Amino acid sequence: MKYVDEFRDPAKAKVLFREIEDLVGRIELCQSRPLRIMEVCGGHTHSIFRYGLEAMLPRQIELIHGPGCPVCVLPMGRVDDCIALAEQPKVIFTTFGDAMRVPGSKKSLMQAKAEGADVRMVYSPLDALKLARDNPDREVVFFGLGFETTMPSTALTLLQAEAEGIENFSLFCNHITIIPTIKAILDSPDLRIDGFLGPGHVSMVIGNRPYAFIAERYRRPVVIAGFEPLDILQSIWMLLKQFAEGRCEIENQYDRIVPGEGNAQALEAVGKVFELRAYFEWRGLGSIDHSGVRIREAYARFDAERRFALPLVKIADPKSCQCGEVLKGVIKPWQCKVFGKACTPETPLGALMVSSEGACAAYYNYGRLDLAKLAAPAEEALSR
Amino acid sequence: MNLPLPKSAAPRRRARVSLPKVTLAHGSGGKAMRDLIDDVFLGAFDNPALAPLEDQARFDLAALQAEGDRLAFTTDSYVVDPLVFPGGDIGKLAVCGTVNDLAVGGARPLYLSCGAIIEEGFPVEDLRRIAASMRAAAEAAGVAIVTGDTKVVHRGAADKLFINTAGVGVIPSGVEIAARRAAPGDLVLVNGLLGDHGAAILDARGDLALESPIESDCAPLNGLVDTILAACPEVHCLRDATRGGVATVLNEFAQAAGVGIEIEESALPLREAVKGFCEILGLDPLYLANEGKLVLVLPAERAEAALAAMRAHPAGERAAVIGRVLPAPEGTVVMKTLFGGTRVVDMLVGDQLPRIC
Repeated sequence: MKYVDEFRDPAKAKVLFREIEDLVGRIELCQSRPLRIMEVCGGHTHSIFRYGLEAMLPRQIELIHGPGCPVCVLPMGRVDDCIALAEQPKVIFTTFGDAMRVPGSKKSLMQAKAEGADVRMVYSPLDALKLARDNPDREVVFFGLGFETTMPSTALTLLQAEAEGIENFSLFCNHITIIPTIKAILDSPDLRIDGFLGPGHVSMVIGNRPYAFIAERYRRPVVIAGFEPLDILQSIWMLLKQFAEGRCEIENQYDRIVPGEGNAQALEAVGKVFELRAYFEWRGLGSIDHSGVRIREAYARFDAERRFALPLVKIADPKSCQCGEVLKGVIKPWQCKVFGKACTPETPLGALMVSSEGACAAYYNYGRLDLAKLAAPAEEALSR
Repeated sequence: MNLPLPKSAAPRRRARVSLPKVTLAHGSGGKAMRDLIDDVFLGAFDNPALAPLEDQARFDLAALQAEGDRLAFTTDSYVVDPLVFPGGDIGKLAVCGTVNDLAVGGARPLYLSCGAIIEEGFPVEDLRRIAASMRAAAEAAGVAIVTGDTKVVHRGAADKLFINTAGVGVIPSGVEIAARRAAPGDLVLVNGLLGDHGAAILDARGDLALESPIESDCAPLNGLVDTILAACPEVHCLRDATRGGVATVLNEFAQAAGVGIEIEESALPLREAVKGFCEILGLDPLYLANEGKLVLVLPAERAEAALAAMRAHPAGERAAVIGRVLPAPEGTVVMKTLFGGTRVVDMLVGDQLPRIC
């Protein structure tokens, strides 16, 4: 397939694997312990597993699968709010498909739908706006979800609704921002990460400047990466090269998509409609300051949180879940006490088992074969 | 083969429904129902077993026995939305699906039943069209629809139209196809491009509005199965990869036989449009439904013969070897990715859901 196959060429991959191997031999740190690289974005995690990249990398590289799956990090209380909205008789609740299965404290949207709530899957917020246009006697609520990647399309849809004077459309805003979350991970006392693969699609919107502090203040290099397997391998190679050459910078592998300054139009729409919340709750990570956005006062009438009475109850993650430790790279998914036992993709307890982009679900679905191999600590393997 | 059917009775004048929409009266058991059956179903399915309108079709056992030594019996219900899609409709699907369920057991499909559950208000003309499509599919597959039932339910109690078909066939002696027979050393084959039906249905729901629609692969496969069995009677496993796709069938084989199955990503026959469709929605074509695709497991030394026979048949032109059976890991399907990496291809937990970004 054009524009896709070029980034999946096995011959080119072979060359990259060899060069990565060479570089690892030249990095001093790698001789004593594995180099820990976090891929921030769930899309990367998905590709890494889909193409079986992890097991093909040298053992001196340990990939830590970060918090960048917006479906995974959605807290139970917010899912309960979605269901409360969906169960109002006049409401058509619209959502992206993969949020359907996320468990709330009692049920998921899929279960609510089975019980009679009018929940519909859409591919874009504009589909939701069309539903509002076509059903003037109903209240159409769009479940706005995702990082800076999806924020602009939600913002533009809201502006479109305003321009058309559509009154029966509102947004349940759960958009989150990536930078405060990376900062929270960097500030955590059990930090074990040496470098980052930066989120490609988020950066397409925000550009690469917002990451500067990671290199400057925390001395951790970042390479903004695309999502095809060759993108990921090349990004790892670029990161290793920084280590080998003693550099610590923000680099952009995904420059065919990501402009350094980001997308000014998208940022303008986002800034017009949204403002930072004081804090937002993350499943597995807890409350993080300024990590979510809400709708500005000027657009209050499109805000489902203001328009409907919602429970807005905070619900603690199940005690047995160790999602937070997995997200920070302290433990591997299979080292969690409930992984594959109480917590499976059929009955997910924790955030990371929910979506196929979650690290635990990815291991469970794609990686079980390699578990025996990976379970032996890399340090031990190195000393052999 | 000629279908063993009773002798034709004298033809009778058939009634016609004059109303444009099906009403509850058409399910009441009275004259209106009789008219609907006459007009829509008897008009289309016309055959001597159906014509006497007894409560059951009757067959001569001796004639069946001449065909083989075991009877195969299967049923399936069809609730597809939309009812009409590029490449087929619910009627064609209801015939092909049940014919294929018989054929993949090595059976020669002979007779089908047709149970229709109709929502009141359904256009009679659409019903006629769907019945005609069932007849065409039955003719293509060489089977007869010999008994049926019609129910009309209140608006909202069913979504437009549901069809159930049951099927009877005869398995020739010597044919022994079973999932548990997959053995290390066997090869895994498919008869063509994967995922067309699933992609066609998702596309027909209008969510993506592709420029050139993907067509369903819905087709009867009994002719192809005959061809394959003639070229390679040693086929170990055979299933049609409907709901859950090829991945699900392979997992069923691996679990039933306690073997490992390894497929090659680069060997999977996929249409460019389906690949693109899956890329955009974040779906995996291995899990997309097919309605005209077989997965076969057979001894490696017979693969060439089977492949050649399939490719010579219109339903198998794009047939390919996609993998092999290994002693381990037991009950597991793995895929060698384009990169030479390996990943597990598991059973699907629920529906495939499009990813957010």
